[in-house]
Amino acid sequence: MSLEQFKDRNVGTQEYRHIQASTSPKTPMEKFTQVVKRTFSKELFVGLKVVFTQMAKGPKTWHTVKYPQEKLPIGPRYRAIHKLLKLLESGNERCIGCGLCEKICIADCIRMDTRYDENQRKEVTEYSINLGRCIFCGYCAEVCPELAIVHGPRFENASEQRAHFVIKDDMLTPVDALKHQKEFPGFGALSDDADKKVKKTPLAY
Amino acid sequence: MDAIIIETIIKAVVVLAIISALAGFGTYLERKVLAFMQRRLGPTHVGPFGLLQLAADGIKLFTKEDLIPQNANRLLFSLAPVITAATAFIALSAVPLLPEFELFGYTVKPIVADINIGVLFVIGVMGAGLYGPLLAGMSQANKWGLLGAARTTVQFLSYEVVTGLSLLAPLMIVGSLSLIDINNHQTGGLSDWILWQQPVAFVLFVIAGFAETNRTPFDLLEHEAEIVSGYVTDYSGLRWGLFFVGEYANMITIGFLASLIFLGGFNDLWFIPGWLAIILKVSFLFFFMLWTRAAWPHVRPDQLMWLCWKILMPLAIINIVITGLVMMV
Repeated sequence: MSLEQFKDRNVGTQEYRHIQASTSPKTPMEKFTQVVKRTFSKELFVGLKVVFTQMAKGPKTWHTVKYPQEKLPIGPRYRAIHKLLKLLESGNERCIGCGLCEKICIADCIRMDTRYDENQRKEVTEYSINLGRCIFCGYCAEVCPELAIVHGPRFENASEQRAHFVIKDDMLTPVDALKHQKEFPGFGALSDDADKKVKKTPLAY
Repeated sequence: MDAIIIETIIKAVVVLAIISALAGFGTYLERKVLAFMQRRLGPTHVGPFGLLQLAADGIKLFTKEDLIPQNANRLLFSLAPVITAATAFIALSAVPLLPEFELFGYTVKPIVADINIGVLFVIGVMGAGLYGPLLAGMSQANKWGLLGAARTTVQFLSYEVVTGLSLLAPLMIVGSLSLIDINNHQTGGLSDWILWQQPVAFVLFVIAGFAETNRTPFDLLEHEAEIVSGYVTDYSGLRWGLFFVGEYANMITIGFLASLIFLGGFNDLWFIPGWLAIILKVSFLFFFMLWTRAAWPHVRPDQLMWLCWKILMPLAIINIVITGLVMMV
């Protein structure tokens, strides 16, 4: 489907249906007949019937989600509080300390400190996100080359301090929960059929 | 003589206790029924099926700060809710609630005062209940309250007329103002109900009853979108609760009046014993009030007056004239 019909701003040529508003009665006789007609038409009872059938249908058709106990499923692309993932095999942090997320953050809310460890590898010593400034744009998750920082599904961020959510140890997958760590399907992650979409670089032809 | 006084006091206390409990329970029912009709759950958390919500609300009302606005007339402000609640219960005193029954070999008449002008008394006392909202609105030094009181006065006074006139026709047929006489006039089962002779009067009475108890097609007194909360705007805690209880007690009274006068009262119906029959009838009328609240939008104030003075009152008078002509011929 093309965008043509949405770009067409000429409303006159499109198929709009004009609904004719009923004309209000003018003469006393017309007013009288309207009143009588409305009184003896079954409109009022139609209303009663509608609500009663809804009640009679029973609890299966009701929509209430008892929120703190029940929650609606949340889409994988939802961008809530960040998580830092670990490598599944070794349990090491995925973060290589490249600093891209810090650089791309348009709200300037990510700060990290790094140092070289004994093997001359980058190690992240401090990592923090100021949630008072974060706009949850998802750029950090998108830019991360290692899928180390992702957006989790944790949207209930009421606390005495927002900083409580983004202490590095809280965001990081705990050691014992490593086997439950799911690969992130959301914003910036590789799609399921990513392998099929990969093409050789032109120089290899 | 002493026995009668003691009996009356016991009856009054029992009626007061039961009806105020029922009025409270009515709020629970209203919330549940409205919720079900709108595909919601209603109160569920406090107690089984949310039944103890009532107790929770009661505790809340009791412990709430009792505010009296600075410029309010303190005496009238505190008197008004009592008038509403008291008149609602006084009106019930002349209503036979159940058929006579025997308790420990003693015949109990479940009516506090069997007076021979029952209908007149009930309608009159309910009419006097108008002073509650009126004084409340005028005493609280609040514009919304005053507007609410004005609306209440207009609505109640206007629909008093319809209530009275619509009841006149069935009273002419029965020839007595005593609610027990009216009930006994319909002993012959379903076909004896005055409803079949006076359908117009029944419809008029129910409409006027809705207006006098401030139920939904005519709930303009506390219309939040226009006048905040009407005449109860500045009330809080128990005083507000008294208005509430009075309103629900009035709903029950109207339910009893309609059942007794038009729907055969507490006479046995087929296999249903009389006491159950009247409870079912009143329950249905109560349910009907909640039902319409879920289904119908309310009218504008000018439509309300138009309906009362141009439609209902002429209809009621025509009904009386025709009833009189039929009775004379």
